[in-house]
Amino acid sequence: MERAGSVAYGTITSEIRPGDGTPLEPRLVVTRRTRSDLWFRGTAYSAGTVVLLVLGLIGLFLALQSWPALHYMGLRFLTTPAWVPQSQHGHPASFGIGVAGIGTVIVAVIALVVAVPFSFGAALFISEYAPRTLLGVLPFKSALTSVVDLMAAVPSIIYGLWGLLVLEPHMIGLSRWMSDHLGFIPILKVPRGDSIYTGSFFIGGVLVGIMLLPIVTSLSREIFSLTPVAEREAALSLGASRARVIRDVVLPFGKGGLVGAVMLGLGRALGEAIAVATVISLSFVHNWHIVSPGANSIPALIADLFGSGGKLGREGMLAAGLVLFVFTLVVNTLASVVVGRTRARTR
Amino acid sequence: MTTTSVNSTPGQHRFHLGQGPAHRRMRPREFGPTDIVLAGLTLLAAICTAWIVFDQLTLLSGMLGFVVVTAAVFLLYYYVLNRQLLGRRAASDRLMGAVATLAMAAIMTPLVLMVGFLFERGAHLLSWHVLTTTQQGVPLVCVPHQHCAQAGVFHAIVGTAEQVGFAMLLGVPAGILTAVYLNEVGGRLAHWVRVIVTAMSGLPAIVAGIFIYSIWVLKFHFSGFAGSLALAILLLPTVTRGTEEVLKIVPGDLREASAALGAPQWRTVWSVVLPTARSGILTAVMLGIAVTIGETAPLLFTVFGSTTTNWNLFGGPQASLPFLIWEMVKLASKSTIDLAYTAALVLFLLVFVVFLSGRILGSPWLGSAVRSLANRRSARRRVALEEVADR
Repeated sequence: MERAGSVAYGTITSEIRPGDGTPLEPRLVVTRRTRSDLWFRGTAYSAGTVVLLVLGLIGLFLALQSWPALHYMGLRFLTTPAWVPQSQHGHPASFGIGVAGIGTVIVAVIALVVAVPFSFGAALFISEYAPRTLLGVLPFKSALTSVVDLMAAVPSIIYGLWGLLVLEPHMIGLSRWMSDHLGFIPILKVPRGDSIYTGSFFIGGVLVGIMLLPIVTSLSREIFSLTPVAEREAALSLGASRARVIRDVVLPFGKGGLVGAVMLGLGRALGEAIAVATVISLSFVHNWHIVSPGANSIPALIADLFGSGGKLGREGMLAAGLVLFVFTLVVNTLASVVVGRTRARTR
Repeated sequence: MTTTSVNSTPGQHRFHLGQGPAHRRMRPREFGPTDIVLAGLTLLAAICTAWIVFDQLTLLSGMLGFVVVTAAVFLLYYYVLNRQLLGRRAASDRLMGAVATLAMAAIMTPLVLMVGFLFERGAHLLSWHVLTTTQQGVPLVCVPHQHCAQAGVFHAIVGTAEQVGFAMLLGVPAGILTAVYLNEVGGRLAHWVRVIVTAMSGLPAIVAGIFIYSIWVLKFHFSGFAGSLALAILLLPTVTRGTEEVLKIVPGDLREASAALGAPQWRTVWSVVLPTARSGILTAVMLGIAVTIGETAPLLFTVFGSTTTNWNLFGGPQASLPFLIWEMVKLASKSTIDLAYTAALVLFLLVFVVFLSGRILGSPWLGSAVRSLANRRSARRRVALEEVADR
C-alpha cells in the first residue's frame, strides 16, 4: 500500500492484461521491492511497534503487580482517604487515593489557570509580534524559542528546590491577601484562622503552572504558526490591525489545536511528582481550602511513600500508579487526537 | 520608520490631545522611536502610581503584588494614551501587543530568577574539590562545632553520565527509527503509532520509574541500568517527535531524485533524507537528552543512590545528580541543603551545556562551520590514506 504522492521504490512493472486489447482497460501496477528494502521497512516497522509494545507492557505489568492490593480494597481504593497499608492497633489495613486523586486534579487545575493565559500571550508574542531579528543581526525570534525550550529542559527537582526556598516565601503574602480579601469565596477561606500558608495546594499548583509555561507556550506557538498565510494576508489587506488578525484569523483557526495544547499541558500537570512533592506538606484529610496547608496528589504520594508499608503498601502504590497511568493516557491520547486533527487540516 | 500623514493639514500636530484622534495611515507593524519613548514613560507613570497605591493604601503585600499592580496600571494608562493619540483601533492593537509582550516577560521571569538563585547560592560552594570527591566518609548531618569535610558530587556525576549515556544508546536509535517509520514507511498502523507517541511524551516520569521497578528491580536488583531503562522510556517519544518534525520538512524532490537514480529506499533514507535533516535531528536529540539528564522521578525507585563512586552500571546501587538533590533536600539540614545547591548548579550547567551544544550543532551557520571543518579533516585523512595506498 503506497500513500498517494509518495515515491515508489523498487521495480515497477505494469502488465497489460490479456484480452481484446482495448486501451481503456486499467493496467495493473505492481511494485516489487528489493530484499534490502523489505528488511529496511521491516526494521522501521518493528521500531514503530516497540512504542505500542512498551505502552502495553506498562499497563499490563502495573495491573498484574497491583492486583492483590486492588483485590484487597476493591472499589474502596478510589474513595478511601487514608494510606495505612499495614494493620495498626487492631485496625485492618486500609488505603486508597480518595484524597490524592482529587488533589491531583486540584493541583492540575490551578496549574492550568496560572499557565494558560501567560502561555497563550507569550506564544502570540513569539509568532505575531516578535521581530525576526533585533537590530538587523540578532536572531530574536529563534532566540526566544530557544529560551522557551531551555525552560522546558530545566529539571523538575530544580523547580522544586527553587519553589521551596524562593517561591514559597513570596507566595505567602499573596496567599494571605487572597484569604483576607477574597475569603468570601469558600475555597479561598482559611479555616481555624491558620496563619501559615505553606505547603498548600495553591503553592504546588502555581509551581506546576510555572513548569507548564514552556510546554504550553511551545505547543501553542506551533499551532499559531500553522495559520495559513493567505488568510492572514487577506485580513491585513482588508485593513485589519494585528489585533484583529489575531482575533479573527489566528485564534479561530487554532481553536482545536489550542484545546489540544491545553490538554497536553493538563496531562503533564497531572503527572508531575518531584516538584509537587518538594513543596507540599502531604495530608490525608480532604482540604478544600486551597491556600491553607495540607495537600496531596498521586505522583507526590508515590514519590514520598513508595517502598513503605510492606508488600501490600508497595502493591497499593503500583495500583495508584496504574490509576495515574490510565488517567494521563486517556487525557493525552484525546489531546493527541485533537492536535493531530488540526495539523492534518492544514496540510 | 516614517509614515506620511495623509489627512493631516500642515497646521495639525500629530499629538493633539483632547481634539479627537488623528486620522492617518498606519502600518500594522509600526512602532517607532516615539512609541518606545511613550511606552517607557507610561511604564514610569505606572510604577509611580503602583508605588502610591502600594505604599499608601497597602492593598497587596510583597514584590509580587507590586509587579501585578504595576502591570495592570501600565496596561490601563497605555490604552488610554494610545486611544487619545491614535484612536480606538490602533489603541486596541497596541494593547494586545503590550499584553503579549508582558506575557513573554512574565514567562521569562522564573527562568531568570531560578538561574540567579542557583548561582547566588551555589557558585561559592562550587570548587574543584567538590567536583572530584564523593560523599564517602562525610557524615550527612554535621553536628555544630564538629569539623566536617566538604562532601563532593563526583559519584553522582559518574552515575548520571553512565545512566543517561546508556539511555541514549537505547532510546536515540529507536526514536529515530520510529520517526523514519512514521514519515518514510507509513502504513495503516502509522496513525496510531503517532497518536501513542504523542500521548507517551506526556507519560508521567514517576510511572516509568515504578514500571521498571515492577518488572526489573523486583526480580533483579537496584542498579544504574534499571535507571537507564526508565530514562530510555521517556527519551524515546521525545526523540521520535522531534525527528519526525524535521523529517517532514525534507523536500520530497530529494527522495524522488534519489529514487529516479535507482536507489532503493534504505539508500535514499540513509544517504539523502537523514543527512539533509541532520542538524535538525541533532537539535531534537540533544534537547531530549537535556530533558532526560534532569529527570528525577524515574530514578527514585531504580538506582537507589550511593555515597561512593560505583562505576559499574549493571551492579548495585548507583548515585545520580537529580536523585542526590532530592535526598539532600528531604534531609533538610544546613550541610545537606548546601550540597543540594552545589549538585543543582552542576546539574543545571550540565543540562545547559548539552542544550547549547545541540543548538550550536543544529544552527545553520555554526553547525555548518563545524561540519565543514570535520569534512575537511576527513578529506585530508582520505587523501593521506590514498597516498599510503599508492605507495
